[in-house]
Amino acid sequence: MADNMFQVKIITPDRIFYQGEASMIEFNTTEGEIGVLKDHIPLTTVIAPGIVTITEAEGTKKAAVHAGFAEILGDKVTLLAEIAEWPEEIDLERARKAEDRAKERLSRKDANLDVTRAEIALKKSLVRQDILA
Amino acid sequence: MASMRDIKRRKTSISSTQQITKAMKLVSTVKLQKARNKAEETTPYFNGMYRTVNSMLAKTGQIDHPYLRDNGSTKKAVIVITSNRGLAGGYNSNVVKLITESDLPKEDVKIYSIGHKGEEVLLRKGYEVTQRYPEVVEAPDYEDAQEICRQVLEAYEAGEIGEIYLAYTHFKNTVSHQPTLLKLLPVEWQEPEEAEQSGPDLLMNFEPGEEEALAQIVPKYVTSLVYGALVEAVASENGARMQAMDSATSNAEDMIADLSLKYNRARQGSITQELTEIIAGAEAIS
Repeated sequence: MADNMFQVKIITPDRIFYQGEASMIEFNTTEGEIGVLKDHIPLTTVIAPGIVTITEAEGTKKAAVHAGFAEILGDKVTLLAEIAEWPEEIDLERARKAEDRAKERLSRKDANLDVTRAEIALKKSLVRQDILA
Repeated sequence: MASMRDIKRRKTSISSTQQITKAMKLVSTVKLQKARNKAEETTPYFNGMYRTVNSMLAKTGQIDHPYLRDNGSTKKAVIVITSNRGLAGGYNSNVVKLITESDLPKEDVKIYSIGHKGEEVLLRKGYEVTQRYPEVVEAPDYEDAQEICRQVLEAYEAGEIGEIYLAYTHFKNTVSHQPTLLKLLPVEWQEPEEAEQSGPDLLMNFEPGEEEALAQIVPKYVTSLVYGALVEAVASENGARMQAMDSATSNAEDMIADLSLKYNRARQGSITQELTEIIAGAEAIS
């Protein structure tokens, strides 16, 4: 095992999504994109919808992660995600439809529209399409 | 003594009941297996969540955040998780008892009910049921928990309720289920004694700031608790039903054995009587 490897765990409510050794992990936080190497300072941060890139010894892995938070401790990174998906689990057609629906809802400017929810839905669908592109 | 026909009829009826209870037991065994696996898969997420929130609160305990202090309202929301169907032994009534026997005053309690059975009883007892989500118990998923928490937290933030409780059945193992009443908000946080051991946690940084991170993470924490409770409750329900049906089946077996004995006795009695009658008749003729 190389020296620059650390433990990465991605946990969702229904399963342990990913567990393994990586030399780098990149993901989106509410404050911006972040890349974590070994011996990062301890940090807890809130995840924004985006793509997680895990650099393993054999190559990189990508996954879509939609909400949750990350706990970074020197040699261990734990992502507690509410939703996480591998690219092959994403239905592109559904993501496109979700995007249209969210855009339509946002453009209607309905008084009792939950703007944040619609925006989150839009972001999710965009991330899903992004990772497949 | 009951007639042979009566006993026979009774026996048939019990054996058909037994077939039903046997089938129900098999069904709930399979469902239990599934529910238990699901509950076990949720545990790592829940544990991670719990650890993070605790280490966060250890650092931010002094912050005057709405999630951490009393907001003045005396109303208390209780999320009650019961089943939609009965025949599960004491499963539902134990959860209801938890609320009726707690020291929460009846007029201040608002029930957010998940599952028909508990809701019916609580309504009859005069509790106020604010929201009901009967369909969630059938196949709980994380989005259901999110939706429920969103509504409860909205009411909490609006000051309509001052405390949030969760009443559910904790799934210890297949035979032991513990009805539990848990306080969700305001977060009750104990001064962690293990703070010294978990040294690196003390250096934890937060991004965005602690207060903001808290505002984002606490709802997720509540949601994960509710989801965990839902999954465990479903496992407990099936476990309780399995036990209830198992004892029903063996009771039926006992009754059938008892009735068979009675039936044979009655049969023997009637044959003896017939014989005596024939002999008596023959003697009278001769």
